[in-house]
Amino acid sequence: MAFLETRGLTHIYSPNTPFEHVAIRDIDFSAEKGEFLGVIGHTGSGKSTFIQHLNGLLRPTSGTVYFGGEDIFASKEKTRAIRFKVGLVFQYPEYQLFEETVFRDIAFGPKNMGLSEAEIDERVREAAGFVGLSESVLDKSPFELSGGQKRRVAIAGVIAMLPEVLILDEPTAGLDPKGRDEIIANIRQYQRSTGATVIMVTHSMEDVARIVDRLFVFEKGAIAMSGTPAQVFSRSEELKSIGLTVPKVTMVAARLRAMGLDIPPDIYTTKQLKTVLCALKGGRINA
Amino acid sequence: MLKDITLGQYFPGESVLHKLDPRTKLILTFVYVVALFAAVGPVTYSLMFVFLVASVLISEINLKTILRSVRPLIFIIAFTFILNIFFTRGEPLVQLWIITISREGLVTAAKMMARLVMLIVGTFLLTYTTSPIALTDGLERLLNPLKKIRMPVHELAMMMSIALRFIPTLIEETDKIISAQKARGADFDSGNLVRRAKALLPILVPLFISAFRRAEELAVAMESRCYHGGEGRTRMKQLKLMRRDAMAFIIGAILTAVIFTLRSMGF
Repeated sequence: MAFLETRGLTHIYSPNTPFEHVAIRDIDFSAEKGEFLGVIGHTGSGKSTFIQHLNGLLRPTSGTVYFGGEDIFASKEKTRAIRFKVGLVFQYPEYQLFEETVFRDIAFGPKNMGLSEAEIDERVREAAGFVGLSESVLDKSPFELSGGQKRRVAIAGVIAMLPEVLILDEPTAGLDPKGRDEIIANIRQYQRSTGATVIMVTHSMEDVARIVDRLFVFEKGAIAMSGTPAQVFSRSEELKSIGLTVPKVTMVAARLRAMGLDIPPDIYTTKQLKTVLCALKGGRINA
Repeated sequence: MLKDITLGQYFPGESVLHKLDPRTKLILTFVYVVALFAAVGPVTYSLMFVFLVASVLISEINLKTILRSVRPLIFIIAFTFILNIFFTRGEPLVQLWIITISREGLVTAAKMMARLVMLIVGTFLLTYTTSPIALTDGLERLLNPLKKIRMPVHELAMMMSIALRFIPTLIEETDKIISAQKARGADFDSGNLVRRAKALLPILVPLFISAFRRAEELAVAMESRCYHGGEGRTRMKQLKLMRRDAMAFIIGAILTAVIFTLRSMGF
């Protein structure tokens, strides 16, 4: 059994009423330790509902979630304990900040875990380091910070629990390109140094293409496609038919292929395209 | 969970009751409440009941929804019922130690209960069949004469529409914040009262901040569209009294007249 796994996960909102709505249906998903996974899909495709099952916030109508081989809904205590192991960062997490200082806000999670003062202190500083917050920020009020800084504080608040699985719902939404790159780099650094599994929900195909090991495409509450970015992006026509795009580089590659150039269909980073094009030109690599 | 709260909920429909002018419905509801409190005996009560049942049937709103509106108030209804049973003096039916249940007590209690239930169902019928916007529009027009004594009628109506508009938004927001804090291990349902009250802080602070943020954004959006209060403002949907409104008023007048006549005769 995989590290984190769901079987036949189905969630129905307001069952047996006129407002009944099937959010996700029969989701079989698995993640291994240390993997970086991407989840993409349209608004309303069930991504957000799905990830809220992974840490037990939502109870499935049917199906189960297994973490380390155990059913996370087995008992109430187990479900609560799982929240510290599967950390979930919601969309626009900066709207959840509430403490007087950044330090205390990041400490909220570790405090709920029942850690000692010394441990909490260490965790907070470590988490702040992961997201690139300087020591001087820790004593400020989170409400004085810029949007990007607030987002970091909120992410640090989850990272401070040192979760074995870190789930992020559109962590880069509404940030400028620089902020986006920095947050992504922070998340990767956390994954590399702790060996945690990371699941990232995103709209940005470029982000997905660059960093994830495997990719899940949600469509109408089910997984429509899954595999490595190369596998998924080579099915660009199918992606388009469900209203998603492929990375811009993939589009350029597809155009060039249509023009008769010998380019493989699974190009999804600029680097790959460059290598292929240079090879076509005769092996001379110069930028 | 929080989404299940029904407050001033509106069920769109095509019934005559839906189509009535909101002013008519507001006045009729008021008349209905007055008549309900004027009812004294079994005849007047039955008449009010028949009127209510007829209205419910016309509204085409399903019976389950109607009954659900009473549910949150069941405690108050039960409380009034019990209070009336024990504290009305009269001819004793059952006597147990210091507790006496009288015939009059039972009758009064039953009447009070019937009155409360009918009051709730009747007023809920108004919000079930009238959209919040129509309701505030109607209220604004009805209160218009008060502008002469410098009552900010338009502003009050605008505040009411904004408040109604934001209830679902804030409920959704609260749901999100609760989930987010739970994801950080917040525990809302254990510990003593003080601990539980403290546990609400991580919800209330972000909720207030977001409410203020929304208020500011809305104010800027309204100003940038040149909103400057009610003066000289025209409406897209003009309220217009129709034949059915006249009919409704006549029915309301007859009902009141009959109830008050019967009341004076002691029925």
